[in-house]
Parts: sequence; C-alpha cells; structure tokens
Amino acid sequence: MSVNPLDVPDVTEPYQPRSGQRGTGWLTGPLQLGLTPSATVGPYLAIGLTWPDGTWAAEEGAEGGFWIRGRVFDGAGEVVPDAMVETWQADPEGGFPSPEDPRGASSYPGFRGYARAQTSTGEFGIFTLKPGRVPDGHGGLQSPHVDVSVFARGLLDRVVTRIYFADEAEANAEDVVLRSLPDDAARQTLLATPGEDGYTLDIRLQGERETVFFAV
Amino acid sequence: MTGTTSSGLHLPGYQREDPATRTPIGSAGYRSTALRAPLRTPVDLPQRLTEITGPVLGEDRIRPGDADLTLRNGGEAVGQRILVYGRVLDSSGRPVPDALVEVWQANASGRYRHVVDTFPAPLDPHFDGLGRVVTDSLGRYEFMTIKPGAYPWGNHHNAWRPAHIHFSLFGRAFPQRLVTQMYFPDDPLFGQDPIFNAIPAAARHRAISRYDLERTQDNWALAFEWNIVLRGRDQTPFETEDDGDVA
Ligand SMILES: [Fe+2]
Repeated sequence: MSVNPLDVPDVTEPYQPRSGQRGTGWLTGPLQLGLTPSATVGPYLAIGLTWPDGTWAAEEGAEGGFWIRGRVFDGAGEVVPDAMVETWQADPEGGFPSPEDPRGASSYPGFRGYARAQTSTGEFGIFTLKPGRVPDGHGGLQSPHVDVSVFARGLLDRVVTRIYFADEAEANAEDVVLRSLPDDAARQTLLATPGEDGYTLDIRLQGERETVFFAV
Repeated sequence: MTGTTSSGLHLPGYQREDPATRTPIGSAGYRSTALRAPLRTPVDLPQRLTEITGPVLGEDRIRPGDADLTLRNGGEAVGQRILVYGRVLDSSGRPVPDALVEVWQANASGRYRHVVDTFPAPLDPHFDGLGRVVTDSLGRYEFMTIKPGAYPWGNHHNAWRPAHIHFSLFGRAFPQRLVTQMYFPDDPLFGQDPIFNAIPAAARHRAISRYDLERTQDNWALAFEWNIVLRGRDQTPFETEDDGDVA
C-alpha cells in the first residue's frame, strides 16, 4: 500500500502546545558542556609521554641556554621517581611561540618554550633560556618565570606551580604573583638557585616546606 | 578570569572548574595520594599571558602508524580490535582543532610494556600500547587499538582497574591541559575502583565511552565514541581593570 505524504487531514482542534509553553529556539544562556574530569597519569606514563626531545625547551647549544634541575619529594621526604614535570615560558624577549598571545606569536630562534621531563633518574632537567619579563596586566612587568605542571601516580590531577630565579632579586621584588604570597618562606619555594650548569629547584608535594601550588 | 595588559590588550581568560564536578587532587581510597597530594589550599593565580598561551604541538609530533596501535613490530596485536573516536571541544561547544592527543594503555591481557609492571600476564610482541593523533579542523580524532584488559594494582585486596585508556591533551592554552582516562560502558569493576570513584558522582559518566554500532566495522572492529571537553573561555562580560581601552 502506498501512502501519499501530502495527504494530511485538516486540523479540527485548536493547537495545544504540550507543555503549555513553547521554546524560542534560542538558548537562554550560553551553551555549557560538562568538563571531562581529570585522572592520574598512573605509574606507566613513560609509555605514552616520552619524547626523545622532551627536555629541550630550547635547542641544544642555544646561546644563553642552561639547565633547570630538581627533584620532586613526597610527604615522607622520599624522592618521587615516576613524576613528569612540564614547563611553559616566554622567550628571552618576553614573547610566546603561541597564536593565543594577543600580541601575536613570537618566533625566537631555537626556542620551543615547552619541555617535559620525567624523574626516573631521581631528578628532572629541562634545557631552556631565561624568560624575558612579560606584562602583568596592571601596568607593570612580571619577573622572569616558568609555569610548571607536575603529574604523577598518586595525583588525580596535575599540580601547577611557577619557577622564578633567585638571581633576579630586583624583578622578583616587583612581581605581582610573588608579592601576593603570604611570606618569604612561601616565595622561597619558587626560587631556583644558580648551580653548576644552570639552576636548581626541588618541588615538595607536601611537608613543612611544601611548594606553593596555584589554582589557574 | 581576565586581565588587561599595560598596552590595553584584554586577555580572554578560561573558566574555572566547578569544584562540584572536578576530580580532587587526592582521595582517601586511592592510597598513594596520601603522601603526594599537596595538603595546602592552592593559591589563586589570575590568568595572565603565560597562562592564556600554550605550545603548538601538532603533526610534527606524529610518526606514521601512530594512529593504529594494532600493528607493531611487523605483526598484529592480539585482542578485540576497537575503533576509538570522538571530538575534542571546549566547554562552550567549540571544537579544538590541531590538538595533540597522546594515548597509552595495557594490552589485551592487562599488562603494560613497562619495567614496573610485574602482573604475570603475557606481553604481546606486536603491542606497545602507545598512540598519537592530532585533531582535525572539527576537533575530531580517532585511532584503532585493541581493548585493554583489566589489571590488578595492589591498592587494596583484590583491587582491579576497570579497562581504561590513558589520554593526554594540550588544547591551545595552559588551562586546557588535561591528562585523564577513558573507560568502557557497564564495566563491572567500576564499583570497587577508587580512581574511577574519585571523580564526583555527577561527572563520572563523562569518563565513560559509548558503544557505537553505526561506526562498528562489519567483520573487523567494534567502535566506541568518547568526546572530550576542555575548559572554555570565560563568557561573562567583564570590565577592564584600568582605562577600559580594549584593543
Ligand atoms: Fe592504567
């Protein structure tokens, strides 16, 4: 039996919207999708997150390049051997190799700005350049800094911190983020100190000298 | 969260995560968080230039074959072939294109190719458990793999992880960085897993993929869809902090 799709019976009843109310067809507020929840990287992150060139935020041999080295400690003072430390920072002129920078993406030769290092040897190390000072949004300049994410088994989400440089005392004294911290002991947890081939800074996940972590 | 640079550029910030649905850093049932999860409340960091930018990582991170985990070392991995696909979006529904997605997982018997894994289940010479893909212009990704097995992990007596695939994503800016795990529908191991249950109940379903008959490939592979949502830009209007000069 064939059906004529245009053979529609006449409407005899007045139209009754089912809910008694009709939508406009427009969203009444901005569309909001629920965020995917984070989970731990677990103990096997080396399978998925190892890059041969991971630790190089700047190319080997880049002029002015140095290492930032450190260890990650847990609350018992034990070295964490299965963490990953990621860094992101400005180039020496204060630009970012990112199209998201409203000033435009910079392209500083030999500079990626991003590095990732695991702690399987007991220590992380990233090779980079000293970041320049970038605007702080209040008419001033931030002190040279590196944004850091730490991932590990036993952390259900990353933790975020910053690395500053102890030999930038003058700039550090003006830095809007450092100034917002309660005391020198807190600021101290973020200051990398000059060492053999660059700087060193340990990250303490817990304990008396727990590193200052940030909510971004 | 927004700011204004000295030159008057305004910085569109990224929405904060809702504490009611975000995974806490530590959780009592997951024992190794006890000595690792920081105990102090994190300090609020307003998003400035370093926080609203991020590395560009794309096709240059990918090698040929990275999107097919079932073919390694000149042979085929053992296990149930599955296609895993989906979209990477931000919370306002915008696709996240050209985004690096890194995945890693156990083999069909629940064993990782890693020195720390001592579970007495066989390794598979044709499975290394590593995959990498980049999202297309619509934020879509897909890879072919085998369904990972469940595995024991010693957190408590008879503790087994539900089958899962580890995911790592960058998005376009620092706040969008996400490392997470994708689960499979109706896993009977959900109830006893403290890592899955650390996710607030209201958000757990977001970590579970959906079986998809449509994309299932006849005589070849099952398909699972999993969409990933990263933090989106702040949508609330704001006033600039100094002169209101918006470039
Ligand atoms: Fe796992």
